[in-house]
Amino acid sequence: MSDATQTPPPPADERIKDISPLRQALIRPELGGMVGTVAVFTFFLLFAFDSGMFNAQGVMNWSVVSAQFMIIAVGACLLMIAGEFDLSVGSMIGFAGMAIAIFSVTLGWPTWMAIIVTFIMCCSIGALNGFIVIRTGLPSFIVTLAFLFILRGFTIYFPQKLERKTIIGGIADAAEGDWLAPIFGGKIGQGLFQWLGDMGVIDVFERGTRQGQPVVDGIPMLIVWAIGLVIFGHLLLTRTRFGNWIFAAGGDAEAARNSGVPVNRVKVLMFMFTAFCATVFATCQVMEFGSAGADRGLLKEFEAIIAVVIGGALLTGGYGSVIGAALGALIFGVVQQGLFFAGVESSLFRVFLGVILLGAVILNTYIRRMITGER
Amino acid sequence: MNSRTEHAPIIQMKNIEKHFGAVIALAGVSIDVYPGECHCLLGDNGAGKSTFIKTMSGVHKPTKGEIVFDGTPMNFDAPRDAMEAGIATVHQHLAMIPLMSVSRNFFMGNEPVKKRFGIPFLDKDKADTVTMQEMRKMGINLRGPDQAVGTLSGGERQTVAISRAVYFGAKVLILDEPTSALGVRQTSNVLATIDKVRKQGVAVVFITHNVRHALAVGDRFTVLNRGQTLGTAQRGQITPDELQDMMAGGQELATLDDALGGTV
Ligand SMILES: Nc1ncnc2c1ncn2[C@@H]1O[C@H](COP(=O)(O)OP(=O)(O)O)[C@@H](O)[C@H]1O
Ligand SMILES: [Mg+2]
Repeated sequence: MSDATQTPPPPADERIKDISPLRQALIRPELGGMVGTVAVFTFFLLFAFDSGMFNAQGVMNWSVVSAQFMIIAVGACLLMIAGEFDLSVGSMIGFAGMAIAIFSVTLGWPTWMAIIVTFIMCCSIGALNGFIVIRTGLPSFIVTLAFLFILRGFTIYFPQKLERKTIIGGIADAAEGDWLAPIFGGKIGQGLFQWLGDMGVIDVFERGTRQGQPVVDGIPMLIVWAIGLVIFGHLLLTRTRFGNWIFAAGGDAEAARNSGVPVNRVKVLMFMFTAFCATVFATCQVMEFGSAGADRGLLKEFEAIIAVVIGGALLTGGYGSVIGAALGALIFGVVQQGLFFAGVESSLFRVFLGVILLGAVILNTYIRRMITGER
Repeated sequence: MNSRTEHAPIIQMKNIEKHFGAVIALAGVSIDVYPGECHCLLGDNGAGKSTFIKTMSGVHKPTKGEIVFDGTPMNFDAPRDAMEAGIATVHQHLAMIPLMSVSRNFFMGNEPVKKRFGIPFLDKDKADTVTMQEMRKMGINLRGPDQAVGTLSGGERQTVAISRAVYFGAKVLILDEPTSALGVRQTSNVLATIDKVRKQGVAVVFITHNVRHALAVGDRFTVLNRGQTLGTAQRGQITPDELQDMMAGGQELATLDDALGGTV
């Protein structure tokens, strides 16, 4: 047999095969995201440098868009690693925004109460998604698809019933002087940016009511939330025992259970966290726009999943990286806004999206084979 | 050899019956398992071996019968209870997660933590050091603690699962067909691991339907046939041929009765 043809193994261990550093570097979930980020920035620096994309306003523009993607990508990433999907993220964004609007504007609650109640409600719906998936054993794809429709339906029904319209405004006025609203809709670092403006590092308005003020006057809380959630998600996943349970639950739920991992609890908590991220997104958006619309968040679930897949996570669960997902979101934001700056027809963004998604999935499958040694 | 039989069994299974609706999977099976011994459970497919050890590891509640662990009757409600009592089970396919590193697999469900700023973080250094050290004891030289389990051979995976169970203090280690999917060399690695574990004083319950694997490491042999047992033979009281015939089923029952020398 094959054993006979082998030379006698060295005393150390014949099983240790030298693995090239390159190959080792390849076996990282973040690889695709890193390569993609470098490629995308190189491309736009070369071809769209003068478009205004890389001045203070331009940077802030794509940073905000990327941060939006990041917030929902973190939740989708951890959930996907835990072996589940949530297709109701987009509807949840619309639903949460509308809930805040109805509570604070229609019902006249203080904004902080509207926000807190909305968070509790949305996280409970996330938990409900999780419980149904676990109790019935149905694929989360189907269960959350149902919630995609249920939540969107309510998001359209309630404002029409209560206010006879599908967009509710006046949230900014209602939030005036509220202590919680600025955590989502405010900005930080205004002093620094004013100083940068005064020093001439960034442009200032030449005339108008804001004359002398810098064109970028602070970092929106949306970006702070995005960075905070990415750091939290990354530490949780890689540095805590709960993170190990997330990997285990998605890698092989049965094996994890046999080893005493509370798989059900992990999955339900990840559904709740995904809902939490969607609600953060919605709250920031509502505070920025000052209004809630029934069509907000459309298709966001797919954008989140695509960012996560570009970031190296396997659709089958058990493998992935929050940093990778964040890079996926960055690629997403830079390309979407970059094409706009470069004056490219925006419908081509969708073409790009499809192509990069396919490329990422193929790359991930290849990396998976390398890790598990299967052919 | 005889001195072994004198010490007390760690686990006694008394007249275990298990019915699944109309199916009688186990019709009264009794065995005693001793520390530091390897107890082989043999039998054809469908004989009830897996069902039997599942009653031992808390997966199934026996329909009838008694489980005595360390002298006290036990009533396991869940696998967790059995695990906490010191009964570890290594399932054939469901032991390891291929995409996760060896060290993450080794500590899965029992991760060491270290507090930093009051937050319990994973103690990765400890996990890695212990994993490398325990793997070396079992004769597996890892490329590094981050090596994915998927890159290990089937035999090595079984060995990781076994050494993990032993490291976490298993008193009884149940192995459900650990060698059935393995090649010659990997099988001998697993058998060597069983031998090492037994010498540390752990009671091993080893399920196989390969007589040669059983004879290589077994101290006692119990053959299951259609949910029943003909009794337990000790090493040296039974020849390979007799064991083989017993596995094959009814024809040779008369001669076997003699061979088992009244232990039936
Ligand atoms: N959960 C179950 N429900 C119904 N029948 C079962 C169940 N588990 C096992 N059985 C039946 O019990 C018998 C013994 O099965 P098993 O213990 O798996 O055999 P072995 O492990 O020896 O191959 C088989 O006839 C099987 O169909
Ligand atoms: Mg079996």
